[in-house]
Amino acid sequence: MGRRAKNKQTAPEPLPIPSEGRPKTPKRKAEDDGQQSSLKKIKSSGSSKGKEVPTNRKKDLTPESLGRGDVQELDLGSDSEPEADPDDFDGGVDSDSESDDEGPITATNMEARSRKLDAQAARDAQLDLGINQRQGPTDGSDDGDLVTFDLPTAEEREAEKKTGGAELQEVQRRIQDCVRVLTDFKALAAKSRSRSEYIEQLVSDISTYYGYNEFLAEKLTQLFPIAEAIEFFEANEIQRPVTIRTNTLRTRRRDLAQALINRGSVPIGATPEYLAGHYMLQAASSFLPVIALAPQPSERILDMASAPGGKTTYMSALMQNTGIVFANDANKLRTKSLTANVHRLGCKNVVVCSYDGREFPKVMGGFDRVLLDAPCSGTGVISKDASVKVNKSARDFTLLSHLQKQLILCAIDSVDSSSKTGGYVVYSTCSVTVDENEAVIDYALRKRPNVKLVDTGLEFGREGFSSYMGKTFSDKLSLTRRFYPHVHNMDGFYVAKLKVGRRAKNAVDSASREVDEGPVEVLQEGETLPKDESGFDEEADKPFVEEAKRKRMKAKGLRVLPRKTAVAAS
Amino acid sequence: MRPLTEEEQAAVFSKLANYIGKNIVHLVDRNDEAYCFRLHRDRVYYVSESSMRLAISVARPNLVSLGTCFGKFSKSGKFKLHITALDYLAQYAKYKVWVKPNGEMPFLYGNHVVKAHLGRITEDTPEHQGVVVYSMRDIPLGFGVTARSTVDTRKLDPTAILVYRQADAGEYLRDEDTLF
Repeated sequence: MGRRAKNKQTAPEPLPIPSEGRPKTPKRKAEDDGQQSSLKKIKSSGSSKGKEVPTNRKKDLTPESLGRGDVQELDLGSDSEPEADPDDFDGGVDSDSESDDEGPITATNMEARSRKLDAQAARDAQLDLGINQRQGPTDGSDDGDLVTFDLPTAEEREAEKKTGGAELQEVQRRIQDCVRVLTDFKALAAKSRSRSEYIEQLVSDISTYYGYNEFLAEKLTQLFPIAEAIEFFEANEIQRPVTIRTNTLRTRRRDLAQALINRGSVPIGATPEYLAGHYMLQAASSFLPVIALAPQPSERILDMASAPGGKTTYMSALMQNTGIVFANDANKLRTKSLTANVHRLGCKNVVVCSYDGREFPKVMGGFDRVLLDAPCSGTGVISKDASVKVNKSARDFTLLSHLQKQLILCAIDSVDSSSKTGGYVVYSTCSVTVDENEAVIDYALRKRPNVKLVDTGLEFGREGFSSYMGKTFSDKLSLTRRFYPHVHNMDGFYVAKLKVGRRAKNAVDSASREVDEGPVEVLQEGETLPKDESGFDEEADKPFVEEAKRKRMKAKGLRVLPRKTAVAAS
Repeated sequence: MRPLTEEEQAAVFSKLANYIGKNIVHLVDRNDEAYCFRLHRDRVYYVSESSMRLAISVARPNLVSLGTCFGKFSKSGKFKLHITALDYLAQYAKYKVWVKPNGEMPFLYGNHVVKAHLGRITEDTPEHQGVVVYSMRDIPLGFGVTARSTVDTRKLDPTAILVYRQADAGEYLRDEDTLF
């Protein structure tokens, strides 16, 4: 029970004691391509029935992770599971040995059991929390040396660096102390030290303890209140549960669950059902943008960055193979696996192409809906790909957000604004930073006045920031949704839904008025304007001024009157 | 992307006829929507006309796939059916073979179907006939060509090959790089 409860992450757990060598624990590759381990290997080990076959490619497996190998948690887990389209989510198939005392799992009792386990996990977590609350204050008041936690001075830190850094346990204790002080700064902090010193120490300790570079540790810490930030970093060390999506084009959820349960413990990436396209291995978070997009049958849809095709095939299934889905990916190599998945899952309305997404309104426009799952830094999926921790710098973030801003404008321009059924763009990233998410949306809103934010239709998730670190975004950004590993037990994710309206005529009026309001010169009584010697000729300049005004409005995405009438009107 | 020439069409249809016989008409004359065959870089795609018209706007070097890929022409001009055509073959198949659960994985790893794994077979299947291979739960797994007629299978020993494999769903993983 315990392991499952921990994996569930229903409630915050206190900073756990570091198991030695935790950063080195082999990670299970939950990614779709990763799961499709070579058939040959499975074949060789598949013959011995009792033996468990791990679904990952890593060879250096510890006994513990081997044991975990065939625990296939197929349910979405958290209580906040979206109920919107239960047919496409899959129920839990849990072969956890600890729960064997309740008899075999069948399709009928599966859901009930899953719920029971969730409830128990929640109880356990509450118990944990209770203990902490009881300990918390007593520790603070009774224990003298805890109150006077002395922060290392700058010189001490320099010395520590020279000796190669402190012990991990020491660093961990210091993180806890810093968090404790920072949550009640007035009471607990040393009088001579400032808040920024504590934060600086905390960030550097986090980067040592969890193995991030300093830049990223600081960036991610700033996103949350201090205590929550630690939870976030902790959650990044734990794998999310494996989720699969039933392919409704081929089978029904109940049938698939039955088939997989009967199959017992086999690698989830190489069952006959998988190869026949009955389901897709897909992270829970990647359901969200498609649910938000809500594609309708016989629409024209564009998926701008689609490999490896989880979202594309989901859209195709929701549209029941009608209409058309353009699946684009800039990387030619990745379109291979995309095409394979499209064919395996029997999606017949998909056209796969390989363009840079920024070329898009030129290649083709007039889409009813566009999904832009933008290329991003991947700070939401650190549990899947830990290399993000060290290889992302400030420059990467600048480049990425620049690309994202270009892409979102292209996505908006590709939409048919007079579409009867749609006219929507969904922007999503698997990143949690603000400059890749809210800042991009805010930019698009400013650049394209005919676009407005609408509700995503997702019932859970935190609201997006409408202001962050001194930057003020549009108020409407609270309509966007953020998802976190430590809160929702899925990858860190961001979803925003935009409605592209017609380019309004009256917007032209307001814009031109705005343009007309130049700086007003205030003249004193009796004072006259000094005679301009350089001799501007108002009449001669007029066409140039008009032309400039037209250009400016066009760039803003406003409708411009045809040239002749514009001149005549003015 | 272009329509098939006469010879190409003949090559494709003769291959398809191996498996679905006269049911080819159902592919050409559909009740729901007009569908067509299109050739794009050696590969033959079966796609609805509306999708095809929209896909015209995609430049040739950038177009990867449209609709369902049926197979490819080899350099010598022969046509080879791919596993991706299985959907339509399974829908219209005339002769079918079902393999037992213990024969599913061996078949999906690229082996031929042996007598021991045979669950069921359409009656009166002749020799060298294209058949679609199903699991006992009616999931299509691939297709192949019979080595013996149904009547002859009775006398065979359990290890004798009954169906020569031509394509199986395992190719999605094994041959992902060359398939598309």
